[in-house]
Amino acid sequence: MSITQEMPEQPAEVRIHNFEEVALGYTEEQAILEAERCLECKKPKCVEGCPVNIDIPGFISSMKEGKFGEAIDVIKRTNTLPAVCGRVCPQEEQCEQLCILGKKSEPISIGRLERFCADREREAGVKDPVVAEPTGKKVAIVGTGPAGLTAASDLAKAGHSVTMFEALHEAGGVLIYGIPEFRLPKAIVKEEVEYIIKLGAELKVDYVIGRIKTLDQLEDEFDAVFLGTGAGLPKFMGIEGENLNGVYSANEFLTRVNLMKAYRFPEYDTPIKRGSNVIVVGGGNVAMDAARSALRLGADEVSIVYRRSDDELPARREEIEHAKEEGIVFRLLANPVRILEGENMTVNGVECIKMELGEPDDSGRRRPVAVEGSEHVVDADIVIMAIGTSPNPIIFDGSKGLEVTPWGTIVVNEAGMTSLEGVCAGGDAVTGAATVISAMGAGKQAAQTINDYLSK
Amino acid sequence: MAYKIIEKLQLAPNVHLMNIEAPDVAAAAKPGQFIILRIDEEGERIPLTIADYDVDKGFVTIIFQEMGKTTKQLGKMSSGDELQDFVGPLGKASEIEKIGTVVLVGGGIGIAPVYPQARAYREIGNKVISIIGARNEEMLILEDEMNSVSDELLVATDDGSKGHHGFVTDLVKQLLDGDEKIDRIVAIGPPIMMRTVAGVTDPYDVETIVSLNPIMVDGTGMCGGCRVNIGGETKFACVDGPEFNAKDVDFNLLMSRLSLYRKEEMDALEGSKKGCGDECKCQ
Ligand SMILES: Cc1cc2nc3c(=O)[nH]c(=O)nc-3n(C[C@H](O)[C@H](O)[C@H](O)COP(=O)(O)OP(=O)(O)OC[C@H]3O[C@@H](n4cnc5c(N)ncnc54)[C@H](O)[C@@H]3O)c2cc1C
Ligand SMILES: Cc1cc2nc3c(=O)[nH]c(=O)nc-3n(C[C@H](O)[C@H](O)[C@H](O)COP(=O)(O)OP(=O)(O)OC[C@H]3O[C@@H](n4cnc5c(N)ncnc54)[C@H](O)[C@@H]3O)c2cc1C
Ligand code: SF4
Ligand code: FES
Repeated sequence: MSITQEMPEQPAEVRIHNFEEVALGYTEEQAILEAERCLECKKPKCVEGCPVNIDIPGFISSMKEGKFGEAIDVIKRTNTLPAVCGRVCPQEEQCEQLCILGKKSEPISIGRLERFCADREREAGVKDPVVAEPTGKKVAIVGTGPAGLTAASDLAKAGHSVTMFEALHEAGGVLIYGIPEFRLPKAIVKEEVEYIIKLGAELKVDYVIGRIKTLDQLEDEFDAVFLGTGAGLPKFMGIEGENLNGVYSANEFLTRVNLMKAYRFPEYDTPIKRGSNVIVVGGGNVAMDAARSALRLGADEVSIVYRRSDDELPARREEIEHAKEEGIVFRLLANPVRILEGENMTVNGVECIKMELGEPDDSGRRRPVAVEGSEHVVDADIVIMAIGTSPNPIIFDGSKGLEVTPWGTIVVNEAGMTSLEGVCAGGDAVTGAATVISAMGAGKQAAQTINDYLSK
Repeated sequence: MAYKIIEKLQLAPNVHLMNIEAPDVAAAAKPGQFIILRIDEEGERIPLTIADYDVDKGFVTIIFQEMGKTTKQLGKMSSGDELQDFVGPLGKASEIEKIGTVVLVGGGIGIAPVYPQARAYREIGNKVISIIGARNEEMLILEDEMNSVSDELLVATDDGSKGHHGFVTDLVKQLLDGDEKIDRIVAIGPPIMMRTVAGVTDPYDVETIVSLNPIMVDGTGMCGGCRVNIGGETKFACVDGPEFNAKDVDFNLLMSRLSLYRKEEMDALEGSKKGCGDECKCQ
């Protein structure tokens, strides 16, 4: 049985010196060869694994004949951000994991094919969208991450008058401020946002709901509201030395690099500390992104400190492999206990402790336990905390009655409706930090719910 | 979106006042809050306190001192020019209640944020005693405005060119030692001044509030860059503050974190002065 087409990439020794995209995308020939492997199953398992149920065999079938325009139309029926999803979705745990070919050989590279179709369309110029007759109803979208963008585009297509409110000066949420250029070029996110504006949605940036206007005010002014405010509040460990100069949250580090373009300082005004020994605490996509960004900023050594083992690293496998190829050091089964203080309250090393895996915890993963007496010091002048985030509470200021959990996530029913009538929510604000596609799925669901609500 | 500068005044050497057209921000603004602005695409996001606002005319007043690259660049802009971003109001509003006698202390550029508070305290019937200070008479800003919203106004200059010869903290101490019962002190200015005020008021049982100015990026609680240590706990100044009880603040940490980018800031400033004129973008 034929095997999957490899994705051309920038060689590791080259890419660690630039912020350009690592994976270069299939050539047309490769795309067709890969598409031809698909069996177009009658009961396609892959679709079950896709949170937005893209008609995968459908679009692949068009690709086989080189009809890429037709293919993208099929994808866009259910996914408005294909260029993004094709790049950052954890396909190996979703569609590709269930692909029937994966049992005997390698699954179809569905994500790469999706990316190819989206890129192809962008190069050719995106067609103007079809929009329904205006309904005269007004919907407010708070937050423009993947959840907000998806809800906005579906609601605009349905003919509602949509206004998107974004706290930062650019739309895109984590796609713009978190995920680095080398994994997701910002030009792509901007084009996706442009597309939604073409659908007729209005975008107001620099607009913090909870401050400039309260949720209560939005409810008065709009017929329905969608909250896609994400989980932006960084967590810290509460260990000694965490406020020293040189300790960053991954959010701050990545925001400086991505949103503010600190890697191009002083052409861009925002500075960032370029360390020689950087330690990133955590093992998810955020940690990988922070580590690889620090490396590109010129660090001599960047290590990931993660308290479990390689098997449990929550990041996408592809990104872990990329990080390893680039020379990121993995200090597994280790946990920081204290950050050591140098001159002028700067970082001068991290004291770590070794961990072993004990009994499984509630999440089914084996619980890490500290090995007594195994403390050791690792050199460091920059420490980046990538241990998770929680929902940003500003939105709740001045809102009566929005029900939230003790963890600060917004409570919704299966339809995505909150405790307030006409107010839906979705994405990381509801689930806690999750994935792009799950946020999009929630945005879609909410759009559907809002549609039904408005046509009552 | 663009935010137009509708008026610009020079208040003192290198200190400017600007009214920025931002009706939605003006409508929501309250004393104690701040905005974050960005001049252009390459610009840094910098926080500035809301010094005043006019809901009817739809503008927000900022007062800033030229420090580094961004504030110097801003100082060169004039009315009619536009800022790319102007987000706010951010931070918690000051808790302005009727409590009796309030002493408002403003040092240098810190007089700007103190002014709307003085006015608000007075409006609801407090007795307002204001103490303002600067290096010298020339650097003293908003004296008339402060006078108009205070029951009593005391002035200090480092060189004695106006009012008391010395620091505002001397005047704070004199008041505390006097007969008048003081119910609250609000002190805003350079961290070193706030730390000194905190030291002076500590032995007295008077609530003392300061407004912290750590380095910020988003101003919405997302980056954690503005963290400060308050009574041993980590807080984010942009959402939990910027005002805190002076006695709980770890000023040493604040001051050290403010120096984090000193080298980079110098480089940026040097770069921007590299001989190709003010419009230069080639650095
Ligand atoms: C560094 C990093 C790497 C990641 N890598 C991957 C990956 O490879 N694959 C993957 O699937 N997922 C990845 N994720 C997770 C994924 O990005 C998130 O799950 C997803 O972005 C959540 O989308 P969202 O729309 O819910 O929120 P967000 O993307 O967080 O967007 C929320 C938006 O709301 C705005 N907002 C918040 N409060 C307000 C307010 N009060 N008023 C106005 N606006 C407000 C915020 O500024 C923000 O723009 C990564 C996350 C990070 C941080
Ligand atoms: C809540 C708040 C309110 C403020 N209000 C005022 C005000 O009303 N008027 C005023 O003149 N200044 C105010 N500041 C300080 C002002 O933000 C800084 O002077 C400005 O950012 C300096 O930028 P620069 O590029 O000109 O100088 P830089 O060369 O970048 O920095 C000069 C010094 O300013 C401080 N600084 C730099 N960047 C920031 C940042 N992003 N946030 C905070 N401090 C920074 C540092 O201590 C640095 O050493 C306030 C700061 C905060 C946090
Ligand atoms: S399961 Fe695999 S082979 Fe079958 S349709 Fe989906 S992608 Fe094609
Ligand atoms: S400025 Fe980013 S959290 Fe306060």
